Amino acid sequence: MPPAPVIRVSGLHKAYGRTIAVDDVSFDVQPGEIFGLLGPNGAGKTTTMECVGGLRAIDRGSIAVLGLDPRRDIRALQRRVGVQLQQAQLQKRIKVWEAVDLWASLYPKTVDGDALLARLGLADKRNAWFMTLSGGQKQRLFIALALIHDPDVVLLDELTTGLDPQARRAIWDMVRAIRERGKTVLLTTHLMEEAEKLCDRVAIIERGRVVDAGTPVELVRRHCPESTVVLTTADEGAEARLRAIPGVDTVVRRGQEFTVRGHHADLVTRVIQCLAAHQIQVADFRTVLPTLEDVFLALTGHSIRD
Amino acid sequence: MTSMLRALVKLTWLELKIFIREPLGFIGSVAIPVLLFVVLARVFGPRVATATRAAPAFGQVLPAFSALFIAMGAVTSLVTIISIYREGGILKRLRATPLSPLVILAAHVVVKLLLAAATLAALALAGRRVYPIDAAVPLGSFAIAVLFTTWSILSIGFVIASIVPTARFAQPIAALILYPMIALSGLFFPLDVLPGPATALARVLPLTAGASLLNGIWKGESWLAHGADVIVLSATFVFCLALSSRVFRWE
Repeated sequence: MPPAPVIRVSGLHKAYGRTIAVDDVSFDVQPGEIFGLLGPNGAGKTTTMECVGGLRAIDRGSIAVLGLDPRRDIRALQRRVGVQLQQAQLQKRIKVWEAVDLWASLYPKTVDGDALLARLGLADKRNAWFMTLSGGQKQRLFIALALIHDPDVVLLDELTTGLDPQARRAIWDMVRAIRERGKTVLLTTHLMEEAEKLCDRVAIIERGRVVDAGTPVELVRRHCPESTVVLTTADEGAEARLRAIPGVDTVVRRGQEFTVRGHHADLVTRVIQCLAAHQIQVADFRTVLPTLEDVFLALTGHSIRD
Repeated sequence: MTSMLRALVKLTWLELKIFIREPLGFIGSVAIPVLLFVVLARVFGPRVATATRAAPAFGQVLPAFSALFIAMGAVTSLVTIISIYREGGILKRLRATPLSPLVILAAHVVVKLLLAAATLAALALAGRRVYPIDAAVPLGSFAIAVLFTTWSILSIGFVIASIVPTARFAQPIAALILYPMIALSGLFFPLDVLPGPATALARVLPLTAGASLLNGIWKGESWLAHGADVIVLSATFVFCLALSSRVFRWE
C-alpha cells in the first residue's frame, strides 16, 4: 500500500464572482516529493495553491494537508506548512535579519535563523535592506522565511519567475535540498524546463482543470511517443536504408542531414543497428526527445507561452 | 494573548525602525508640523500682540490647529503605508503567517501614535520661544487629547485605505476627505455663519469635535465640558472600525 498522501486535493472548485478560477482540480502529493503544478498564467495554479495553504476558502471539493483541513485547522497547519507567495514583497527598508527574526518569533519551534541564511547564501546580506536585494536574493529570503519553523510541507508559488537562468538554477538546487531534508514540496510554475528538471511529478493545469498528471517521463511517453533521430552522412544509400527500418514513419532529407521520425519505442536502437549493419559512416548523430513543451502542445493544442 | 502582545510589541518596534529609515516620511510627519507651527506662531502668535492690538484670533487656536495637523498627517501617512503594503503584497505575506490581522494593523496605529507624541514634544520644544505657553495650560491633559483625537481619526484612515485603488491615490484621496473637514472644523471661522443644515453637519464631523476638544483643553476647560466631543470622536472610531472591518481589502 502506498503511503498516505501529504496533500490530497479532490474536486476543487473556486470562482471569483463570475470568473471560474479553478474548475475541477484533483491531485495527490506523496511524502518527500517535489510536485509541480504546471500551466500558463491564469490557469488556476496560484488559486489552487492558496486554497491548499488555507489562504482562500474553497467553493466545492475537499483539501487535506497532513490530514488537516486548511481552513478549519489553519493554526495547526501554519506550524507545519511553509509558504512563499507569488510576487509578495516585504517592507522596503526591513533588514534581512529583522524579517527572519520577526518570522521566527511567530512560531513555537524554529531553526537557527543565521544558519538558515548561511545555507541559502545570504549570510553576508544579514544587515541589508530588503529593497537592496537582487531578485534571486529576495526569493532566497522568502525561502528562508518559509523554512524558519522547520515545516513538513513547503508551498512555493512561481518561485523563479523573473530570475535569470543562473539565479534560477541556484534556486532549483535549494529546492532539491529541501527535498533531501525529507520535506514535501508543492510548487507552481509556467516554465517547462523547471517542471522537467526539478519536479518528481507534474500536474498540467489548463483553464482550471488538471489535464493530466505523472512524472515528466511518463507524460512524454504517454502523449508524445514519437522519437526523432537526426544524423549527417555523405552515404548516398542511407536514405533508402533508413526508410526500410520497421517503425520509421518519415525520413526528411536536407542536404546530407536526415531527420528520422517514428513511434516505436526502439526507434533509436534500430537506427543504430541499421547504420552498423550497412557500415554507413555518420559525421553527426543526435536524438531529439520530446519535452513537456510538446506534451503541453499535444494536450491543449497551444503553446504555454501563447 | 501574551503571544499576541509580544508580537504586537515586536512588530511595532520593527515598523517604527522601518519608518524612521525613510527620510522623507519622517521629515513629512515630524519636521513639517514643527516648521509650520513655528512660522504660524511668528505670524499669529501672542508675541505679535502690542499694547494697542490684541493677538489675532487664529493665534488663539494655533495649538489646537497644530495638533489637528499632526493627527491629519498621521492619517495620511497611515493610508499611504497601508496602500503601499497592500499593493506590494506585504499585507498578504504577513497575513500568511500566524500573525493576527488585528496585530498587523494595530502595530501601525501604535507607530502613528508614538510619532504623534514625538512630534508634539518636538513642537513644544521648538515653539517655546515664539509661542510662550501660559503656566495655566494643562499640557499633560492636552497631550492626551491630541493622542485621543489622533487615535479616533486614524480609524478613518482604515476606511480611506479600503477605498484607495492604488498607493498613488492614497495622499490625494486622504487630502480630499480630510481638508474639507478641517476647513469646517470651526478653527477658521465660527460655524454659525453657515446655513442651518451645514452647521449641523459640521458639528458632527470628527475634526470639528477634535478641534473643539483640543481648543477647550488648551484653554483649561474640563473634559466633562467636552463630553459631546469625546462621544463624537469615540463614535467615529467605533463606526469606522466596524465599517473598515467589513470593507478592508488585504490584497
